Amino acid sequence: MAAEELKTGPLEYRTQEGQMGIMGFWIFLGAEVVLFATLFATYAVLYGRTADAPVPGELFEPGIVLIMTFLLLTSSFTCGLAIHEMRRGSVKGLTIWMSITLALGLGFLGFEIYEFVHYAHLGATMQSSAFWSAFFTLAGTHGLHVTLGIGWAILLLIQIRKRGLTNVTSRKFFIISLYWHFLDVIWIFIFTSVYLIGMVL
Amino acid sequence: MASSNKRVPTNHVIGFVLSLAMTLVAAWAAIGSDLPVSWVIIGIMILALLQAGVQLFMFMHVTEASSGNGHVPWNMMFHGFALAGIIVAGSLFTMSFGFDHDGHGGGGGDHQQHEEQQDHSGH
Repeated sequence: MAAEELKTGPLEYRTQEGQMGIMGFWIFLGAEVVLFATLFATYAVLYGRTADAPVPGELFEPGIVLIMTFLLLTSSFTCGLAIHEMRRGSVKGLTIWMSITLALGLGFLGFEIYEFVHYAHLGATMQSSAFWSAFFTLAGTHGLHVTLGIGWAILLLIQIRKRGLTNVTSRKFFIISLYWHFLDVIWIFIFTSVYLIGMVL
Repeated sequence: MASSNKRVPTNHVIGFVLSLAMTLVAAWAAIGSDLPVSWVIIGIMILALLQAGVQLFMFMHVTEASSGNGHVPWNMMFHGFALAGIIVAGSLFTMSFGFDHDGHGGGGGDHQQHEEQQDHSGH
C-alpha cells in the first residue's frame, strides 16, 4: 500500500499509513474528550449530593493531590523528551525516558490507590452517595486510562527492543506519547475542577 | 521539526516550567489566598485551559506541518473542548440551576439534601 515513502522528516510521518494512523488517533482523542465531558458533567450536577457521607472539603488534602499532579506533569515532560530522543534516532534515549515516564506513572497510580483506600476508610465509597459515585467514576476512569497506558507502553518497549526504530514502531511510540500527554490534560481538569474547587467551596 | 537535531528541546523545557508555575499559582489561589470564591474558580479554570494549551502545542505537536494532517488534530481538539463546555454547562443549567432552596448556588444545600435523601430512602 505504501506506494511512496518520504525521505525526510520524522519517521512516523513518512508513509501515508503512518500519517493516517496518527490522524485517526487524534479523532479518537476528540471522542475521549467528550467521554470525559459526560463524566465531568455528571460530577458537576451531583456536586454536594453527599447524603450522610463526608463532604469533599473534609477529605481532599492539598499535599497528596499536589504530589500526584507533579508526578503526572513530570511524566508528561519526560514522555515528550522520549519522543525528542526518538526523532534524533536514539533508541537508547527513547527507552530510558519512556521507562522514567512509566515509573512516574506507576507512582501516580500508587498514590491514587492509596487515596481511594483512605477515602473508603473514612466512609466515602462508590456506594455511599451520588456525589462519591460520580467522584470515583471520574477519577477512576482516568486512573484506568493511566493503567492501560502503562501496560501498552511496556508492550511497545518490548517491541522496540526486538525491531528497532522503523516507520511502524516510531508511529506507535508517537501515538502513545499523544495518549500520555492527553491523560495529563484530563488530569489538569480533574485537579482544578474536582480537587481545587472542592477545597474552595 | 527544525528542533529535532538539538540536544536540549527548549520548547519542552519551557512548557514544563510553565506548567509547574501555573499549577503552583492555581494551588495558591485555591488554598492560600483570600480572593473571592468566584474569582478563584474563574481564575483556576483559565489556568487549566492555558495548561491544556501548553500540553497540546508544546508537547503534542498539534500544529505540526510535517504530519500531513493539516488542521485535523486542532479541529478535533477544538470541537472536543467546545462540546465538553456545552455538555458541562448545559447539564448544570438544566439539572442544577435554581435547584437549591437556600439560593447559595451549586453545592450550598447540604443540610436540606440530607433530609431529602432520607425521605427517598424510605421508599
